[in-house]
Amino acid sequence: MRDAFIGILTELAPQHPEILFLSGDLGFGVLNEYIAKFPRQFLNVGVAEQNMSGLAAGLAMEGHTVFTYSIGNFPTLRCLEQIRNDICYHDANVKIVCVGGGMSYGAVGFSHHATEDLAILRSLPGMLVLSPCDLWEAAEASRYLISHRGPAYLRLDKSTAPVTVRQDEIFRPGSIRTVREGSDVTLAATGGILGEALLAADSLAEQGIHCRVLSVHTIKPLDTDTLAAAASETGGIISIEEHAVDGGLGGAIAESLMEAGIFPGFFVRMGLRNTFSSVIGSQKYLRKVYSLDAASITRTVTTKLGVVAEALS
Amino acid sequence: MNAYTIKDCRALAKRIRIHALRMTSTGGGSHIGAIFSCADILAVLYGGILNVDPAAPDNLGRDRFVLSKGHAGGGLYAALAENGFFPIEKLLTHYQDGSDLSGHVSHKLPGVDISTGALGHGLSISAGMAYAGKLKEAEHRVFCLLSDGECDEGSTWEAVLFAAHHGLSNLVAIVDYNQIQGIARTSEVIDLEPFADKWTAFGWAVKEVDGHDHEALRGALAAVPFVAGKPSCLIARTTKGNGVSFMENTVLWHYRIPRGAEFDAALAELEGQS
Repeated sequence: MRDAFIGILTELAPQHPEILFLSGDLGFGVLNEYIAKFPRQFLNVGVAEQNMSGLAAGLAMEGHTVFTYSIGNFPTLRCLEQIRNDICYHDANVKIVCVGGGMSYGAVGFSHHATEDLAILRSLPGMLVLSPCDLWEAAEASRYLISHRGPAYLRLDKSTAPVTVRQDEIFRPGSIRTVREGSDVTLAATGGILGEALLAADSLAEQGIHCRVLSVHTIKPLDTDTLAAAASETGGIISIEEHAVDGGLGGAIAESLMEAGIFPGFFVRMGLRNTFSSVIGSQKYLRKVYSLDAASITRTVTTKLGVVAEALS
Repeated sequence: MNAYTIKDCRALAKRIRIHALRMTSTGGGSHIGAIFSCADILAVLYGGILNVDPAAPDNLGRDRFVLSKGHAGGGLYAALAENGFFPIEKLLTHYQDGSDLSGHVSHKLPGVDISTGALGHGLSISAGMAYAGKLKEAEHRVFCLLSDGECDEGSTWEAVLFAAHHGLSNLVAIVDYNQIQGIARTSEVIDLEPFADKWTAFGWAVKEVDGHDHEALRGALAAVPFVAGKPSCLIARTTKGNGVSFMENTVLWHYRIPRGAEFDAALAELEGQS
């Protein structure tokens, strides 16, 4: 996803001289082509994320489209007040890019895992929050951000779901993509973990259970209509995110549906529950440990459907 | 740009103090000591240093001014109103329900580029503006007024490093060095000394002046950059609460609201000044 993002930036930078890419001293090797081609549109600000975010606001106020770029929580939580006061309050045209959403950085450790970012960033007024699931969404989200005005957050996962784009499909920020149709249960995922949802849907299909799989690439604003349809047309909704269940995708879905007076047959939030991702291991391993892999999703679906079937009988 | 004489500038500073006294007393919110501390700096800036135009407050060629010590917003509001950016009558709505004049400075007013209030933000934003100006090879300068207390913030020093590394000679940091912060003296909390040496060591061109001496302030600020290719830091040695004897150099008047007899005494003392 990172390469898809940088690829789009490299493609469009010549047409958009207002783009200025700020890195918090990260991107070794992967930014070489961009830096070589557009030295005036790149700035390594050093390991100083608070300054990076304040600079970004000042640069945006002078007409630049600014990208701030770093790993995990560094471009967000470390400098949250600068994002709130300097960027959002001034409606500054700054795009905050997190490389390594969720537990992407695996064995590097919890410090590099962004597992509260969605909840925190989406609470900021005016912030667009994008969390693509695959390389197509990552590229299209990046492309969209170049023309979008105002604050935005782009969460890039290291893992990617298989590309499911249909011919002539257009990326619509603010809309949920229905990646697979089904009526028994809805699996609503954000980020690369959508790949686990698709694997679970495959294995459930073999059991005659048909999942609707939704890619919620935009956490804010949230597409309540598609969720409302899923609530009424399928047996229940399971949200899946490599993030705390508090306030992230699951929280956002619950808020929007409840406020709309819509109640799915059942609702489960799959994510980290009041815990840090402190176990050591790869992203794939950690998904298993924290019950977020395809097998866990499959189990959750069969358990919930069994419970619902039992209640109805 | 207003070409004030030094005498006019002193008169402007006096009016800023009197406005601020009324605003904080009426509004019930106060950083009166911090406003009085930088009233002369603001008067000198708006009395001829800053190239700004109330008829075109967003003019791209204007000098940018960032009040990083946003708690002195009342002083900036007064300076702007006195320069015609908005009606003077508006000043007394400061801190009032429904007002545009928040306690800490707000960019929703004409002439204010940046809202501040959380300390340690202004210099980074200013550096961003200055960097953008350099890219455009623009003529305008960026002035940022900091408190000494916010030099406790690591983010301030991140910006200091950045500005020097990039040779932002169009950036001027003015530190209102009254040596009293929120609840105690800087020497007791986190000693900043040797303060000028720190800025110099970080790669800035530094001057120190008496921050209430209009001639010295104007002389220094009219001569930026102090050194070609470097950002400039003006350490303005000031007295917190300057202008009202019983407010001067006391921690108490960082937060205290001037009311009743104290208000009357302060007003009388300010009005009696030439």
